Amino acid sequence: MHRMKRRGDRAVEELNKAVEVEKEGLRRRQRNNRIKQVLTISSPIFMLLIWEVLSQTAIIDPRFFPPPTKIIETLVGMGTSGELFEHVQVSLIRILAGFLLGVIPAITLGLLMGMYSAIRHFFSPLIMALMPIPTLALLPLILIIFGIGEFSKIVTIAASVFFPVVINTAAGVTNIDKIYADVAKNYGANPTDFFLKIALPGAMPVMMEGIQMGQAIALLTIVAAEMIGANSGIGYVIWMNYKAFLIPEMFVGLILISFFGYLFSLLLRGLQSKLIPWK
Amino acid sequence: MQSQEKIQVNQLTKVFFKNKERVMALKDINFSIKNGEFVCILGPSGCGKTTLLRILAGLEKSSSGDHRIHASRTNHPLQSMVFQEQGVIPWMTVQENVSLGLRMRHVPKNHIKERTKTYLQKVGLTPYADLYPKELSGGMKQRVSIARAFANDPEILLMDEPFAALDEQNKFILQEELLSIWEETKKTVIFITHSIDEAILLSDRIFLMSAQPGTIKDEVKVDLPRPRQMTQVRSDPKMADVFLKIWNHLQTEVQESRIKSER
Repeated sequence: MHRMKRRGDRAVEELNKAVEVEKEGLRRRQRNNRIKQVLTISSPIFMLLIWEVLSQTAIIDPRFFPPPTKIIETLVGMGTSGELFEHVQVSLIRILAGFLLGVIPAITLGLLMGMYSAIRHFFSPLIMALMPIPTLALLPLILIIFGIGEFSKIVTIAASVFFPVVINTAAGVTNIDKIYADVAKNYGANPTDFFLKIALPGAMPVMMEGIQMGQAIALLTIVAAEMIGANSGIGYVIWMNYKAFLIPEMFVGLILISFFGYLFSLLLRGLQSKLIPWK
Repeated sequence: MQSQEKIQVNQLTKVFFKNKERVMALKDINFSIKNGEFVCILGPSGCGKTTLLRILAGLEKSSSGDHRIHASRTNHPLQSMVFQEQGVIPWMTVQENVSLGLRMRHVPKNHIKERTKTYLQKVGLTPYADLYPKELSGGMKQRVSIARAFANDPEILLMDEPFAALDEQNKFILQEELLSIWEETKKTVIFITHSIDEAILLSDRIFLMSAQPGTIKDEVKVDLPRPRQMTQVRSDPKMADVFLKIWNHLQTEVQESRIKSER
């Protein structure tokens, strides 16, 4: 009896030891994760620090690479004068309008192409032929057709967003496993139900990838378009300040683009996890 | 009622072309199944048993011949299928998957709710109702698939090797669960399998198929009392004879088709 109890004690001890070992492992993993987080945050700070030092000590030419503190100072100055706000607003409205004008027809056509092979065969050569042309190369044409007003910039963005989204949406639908179509058919889905419950949600993951791509292209296009043919917007800020050799002001424009690019991709990622909870 | 003919298949033939070569997938299939019967179709892979089921499910058309499913009620689907492994739709929750057929038929909301709840409970998935299939094991996914077919309340059920991808233990558990749900509803079932044990456990009758052209070669009656259990089927000496008979049939079939393909 006594010996049995002792054996029992030993078993408990062994178990405790095992739990301790695993706990230590867990703690180590948590520590590793924290180190990774710190690395992610510290890399941009580290780069800015080096930049600051090199520029202040004139190892790199401060006329071309003004120290970050100077750029921030300029940003605050431009922000308080209100002029910057106007440019940002103009660019954001163009991006948003152009994005919607491109994405909505692209999703519609993409879904139709994915669902009906006749539509797919008719449109895909047209899309394949037009896609390789950079939208910026079409800018002169767009300016001739739509004039130099706001609408021509919106059209430029819409055209550049359209292609990645339409291609990915169509691919998203055609790549849906055939068994889900069989299930829907066997359980009596009508065309509307099939569209809403099978084709659209099934295509969503690949479609969202297309939209992410479209967002990146939209930002690229707006800046370039504003550099060429506009008198407002973030692209205009960069170009005009470069021409006037106001380099810190030019850097402010670059920082704004970086910021909005990051913000948009965060927003889209949030939207993605809302729309595709099942992935 | 019990002896009423439920499914009739007459001279069903299916031919298709594969790389311009003619393949006789099914030839002169004839059978009739009574209301409430559980029939397994057993045969080597490539014998056309899945094609036969897909024709009955309305997913493919026969080349000639016809088949009929007799409806005893109006407003109910003729058939619902339990698909092989991947048939659970990943972007629908367990609950949405189970209610799929009812939702597609646009029956009243409270009816959908009630039937979905009942069948979720029957397959033990009530706690998982709001999960997505990615979070389920293979066995749980097939439970969803089975609940979905029963909840739809069709005239007959078609099952296409629903347990083929499961491990042995899970397979036994699901087979017995299927039997107990089936005992309650007494629906007519056609069940495709290549497992002899599974066929003996489940069926009233077993159709043995041969390949190229796919035909029904023989029929075996399984007159074990119900409810059945795997242990009881395994220990029955009569069933050992049935097993051997089917085994020999399949052996010759596989060998013949090998000789044919080597020629």
